[in-house]
Amino acid sequence: MKTVLRGGIAGVALCAAFAVQADEEANLVVNEEIEITVRTDAPEHLENLSTIYSGWVFRSSETQALQMDDFENPGMIFVDDAIEAWNTVEGSAGESCASCHGAPEEMAGVRAVYPKWNEDAGEVRTIATQVNGCRTERMGAEEWKYDGGDMLNMEALLASVSRGMTIDVAIDGPAQSTWEKGRDIYYTRFGQLDLSCANCHEDNYGNNIRADHLSQGQINGFPTYRLKNAKLNGVQSRFRGCIRDTRAETYSVGAEEMIALELYVASRGNGLSVEGPAVRN
Amino acid sequence: MKRLVGAGVAIAIATVGFAEGVTPDDVAYSEYGEVEMSLSGQDGDPVAGQEIMVARGKGNCIACHQVTALDEYPFHGEVGPSLDGIGEYRSAAELRGIVANAKMTFEGTIMPAFYRTSGFIRPGDAFTGEAAKGELAPLLTAQEIEDVVAYLQTLKD
Repeated sequence: MKTVLRGGIAGVALCAAFAVQADEEANLVVNEEIEITVRTDAPEHLENLSTIYSGWVFRSSETQALQMDDFENPGMIFVDDAIEAWNTVEGSAGESCASCHGAPEEMAGVRAVYPKWNEDAGEVRTIATQVNGCRTERMGAEEWKYDGGDMLNMEALLASVSRGMTIDVAIDGPAQSTWEKGRDIYYTRFGQLDLSCANCHEDNYGNNIRADHLSQGQINGFPTYRLKNAKLNGVQSRFRGCIRDTRAETYSVGAEEMIALELYVASRGNGLSVEGPAVRN
Repeated sequence: MKRLVGAGVAIAIATVGFAEGVTPDDVAYSEYGEVEMSLSGQDGDPVAGQEIMVARGKGNCIACHQVTALDEYPFHGEVGPSLDGIGEYRSAAELRGIVANAKMTFEGTIMPAFYRTSGFIRPGDAFTGEAAKGELAPLLTAQEIEDVVAYLQTLKD
């Protein structure tokens, strides 16, 4: 609003102007009830940062406000859709999610520890690959498309019931080699612009790049409702967007490299709270 | 062999003043990253250079650098240093080297190389996310680099 009064500039520029007015000191409490940790000490494995920040602190106060009340948060509409899917029987086994798991609230805490090593599968699984594992192996249902609408809705539901819980992704034991692979990808300079994740989100967070205010690239708020495209966005699709913007050949969502990167980036947020579905630019 | 041919061309330009230009792989950087010869063999045009500085599809230099003389164009970045007065303290050869491939001057810098076409990891086909098809084009042409260098030289206190 302030920007309109001051500049009287066009709508396109206005959106961008909001991006540069962050209230970095603000605290986040959702529904006057759920306290979200948006800044805290960096986890020990992170050598180059002392404090970690949720992407929420880098957004304008208008965008920040949208996440403080579920009636204002456009991402919560998709959570409602997912509750319906949760209770719907699908597939040859005649089961719904609820048949085994009960109410969605029973899943509180799950989002905080994913991606996670799955002993039976012998691999690190994201929430999405785990949901598809349930669908195909237990329900006898079709897989959902990775980062497709059904999957993102369900991820938003699973995130929403864990809001305020502390991200605590395991990086050792059987997950360690995947985590190390993800770390290598994080620090690799990709594409013709020759940029790594770290170049922008570790070395330059808080700085503006044209009208964009660079965050630490934390993923505790995913899936995220972006004002830019007015829908839920999956974290690996967001990674793809970033890698594409380095003029590089990206990896596909669901690819081994993406899962490794998601595990590593999630672990950079150990200590922040689950926030999804968050609202961002 | 290519490099020798390139050098030969450079000598020809130097002696005859004939415009030929140099390909990205054949640019001769000094030990400190300077490039003495015009990449296109022509002088740069500072007016065209200013356009490239602010255009998002071209140099978009102000995405990362603040330039007071370009204040009328909104949203200057903070990733790189301000370019105010850079024409005072950097020579044309230094500026050309930095714009062409800043890593030859500042090891490990975040700044992309605007006149380089090889040595990348998973190079893409522009901003499509697909693999590059065939040889890459440099981010700016030789003449566009010269134009930017000419503009930067006008930035004096």
